[in-house]
Amino acid sequence: MRRAFRALLAGLATFFVVNVLFLVGAVAVSSVATRWLGTWLPDGATTRWYRDAWHEFQLGSVLTVTAEVVLAVVALSIVLGVPAAYALARRDFRGKRLVLLVFLLPLMVPPITYGVPLATVMYKVGLAGTLGGVILANLIPALPFVILVMTPFIEQIDPNLEAAARVFGADTRRVLLHVVIPQLGPGVLAASLLVLVRTIAMFELTFLTAGPDSQTLVVALYYAVFAAGVRAPQSIDAMAMVYMAVTLVWLLIALTFVDPTQLVSRVRR
Amino acid sequence: MTADRRADRAALLVAPAAAVMVLLFIYPFLHGLVLSFRPAAGGALASYATFFTNRSLWPTIFTTLRLALPATIANVAFALPVAYHMRRRSRYQKVVITILVIPMTLGTVLIAEGMLTYLGPKGWLSQTLQLLHLASGPVRLTHNYTGVLLSLIVSGFPFVFLLMLSYVSGIDPVLGQAAATLGATPWRQFRYIYLPLLLPGLAMAFCLAFVQAFSVFPSAVLLGAPAGPTRVISIAAYEAAFEQFDDSLASCVAMIMGAVQLIVVSAVLGLRRALYRGPVTGGKR
Repeated sequence: MRRAFRALLAGLATFFVVNVLFLVGAVAVSSVATRWLGTWLPDGATTRWYRDAWHEFQLGSVLTVTAEVVLAVVALSIVLGVPAAYALARRDFRGKRLVLLVFLLPLMVPPITYGVPLATVMYKVGLAGTLGGVILANLIPALPFVILVMTPFIEQIDPNLEAAARVFGADTRRVLLHVVIPQLGPGVLAASLLVLVRTIAMFELTFLTAGPDSQTLVVALYYAVFAAGVRAPQSIDAMAMVYMAVTLVWLLIALTFVDPTQLVSRVRR
Repeated sequence: MTADRRADRAALLVAPAAAVMVLLFIYPFLHGLVLSFRPAAGGALASYATFFTNRSLWPTIFTTLRLALPATIANVAFALPVAYHMRRRSRYQKVVITILVIPMTLGTVLIAEGMLTYLGPKGWLSQTLQLLHLASGPVRLTHNYTGVLLSLIVSGFPFVFLLMLSYVSGIDPVLGQAAATLGATPWRQFRYIYLPLLLPGLAMAFCLAFVQAFSVFPSAVLLGAPAGPTRVISIAAYEAAFEQFDDSLASCVAMIMGAVQLIVVSAVLGLRRALYRGPVTGGKR
């Protein structure tokens, strides 16, 4: 009985992985195909679609925009989020529950729900379609995410170290600078990498607020597929492969630094 | 006194982040709420009246629920046992986790593009099924309801799995071992030790996965039939905002979307409370 259940689970997981592999494989094969119409494999192989994608989709500038947006979102969410997480982890203050709700709500509401009103506000103040607008929009889910990851991380840092520093007469600024911040390294690294991966993949908010010059890779890819027929499908597939390579590299880097089993809670081993 | 002041000053560190969230999230949200009651023409409720009388608008609620609920239930039901079996640290744990998480890197657009190629009428799957005589004609799994549902499962599973894994491995294994010492079978260990402690995490994972599935947009357009069976509520919101330029109606659709979302989330959390009344972090450490 138990063995049968295990086999069923393993079978289902394998089925899932195999199909995902074929799904990626189909895109990969198509991206190097000369002509592929209803046969098992294409007629021949070529790399010209990658060159085409580079020129046609202005992949170079799209990648630059993506890097700018992602770096800005990571930097801003860490600079704003880590101090907030510190306050939430170490202090009790009036209105703490309300503040927590404000940070939790953006993660519990679909991005389109606040993205549409946000876009109308941004069009009014002239931020829509700019790089700044895209960065601010992506900050909405990123900042609460950093706070959510960092708060339990800070909670497990021994507060006695801070207390000892205070006994020796350090003020808050010096405690932060010399005691707290040096210990935050691993947590900040984990949070940055997770925000980075999430921001590269964030479609809805960028889609709603981006203009022609401020599209990130996902949004450019969506427009390419949406306008299919205008462009060769292989060229779109080449672009999709570039997208996958970018996120895959960062996810693998993230997984070497972040233990996914320790994200929500920590257990002594 | 001085200690109190110091504590208060440290608490102020939360202020910049809170201010940013108020400015970027709360203000636009309230602006949208007000805007939804200020239509270009008609009374305060005109946008809501339009939504609930227009046959291309109100059914989108149920179209979206019909996609998001099965996808979320399937993902949670599949992720829970897989994560439960992966809870012990082993050599292959990290490898399996990495493999199962990879679909996360694909993004909805690549999944859509891949599914169009792989599952389309001329794709590998359709050809294989015909070769094995399992299907008589080309198999249609794209540009319909099934296509969107499958893409939601592929893109949603890694996320639910990671969440479930961190919840499961957060439960002290000593509890299960104690139960085993007292003669509990593996099933009874799961049912009476792990499951009750997992319920809060299960509810949280369900809610977060549902949020993602409920705002399905790119795959519904690219993989589905956006004019009919997969005309989801995000499409309605997008069209109102960027094709009809009706800010009031767009905000109204967004508010209704948020309301439906909140109803489902509170139903799930209420159900959890009805099933389990212990502490949320029970069994940890």
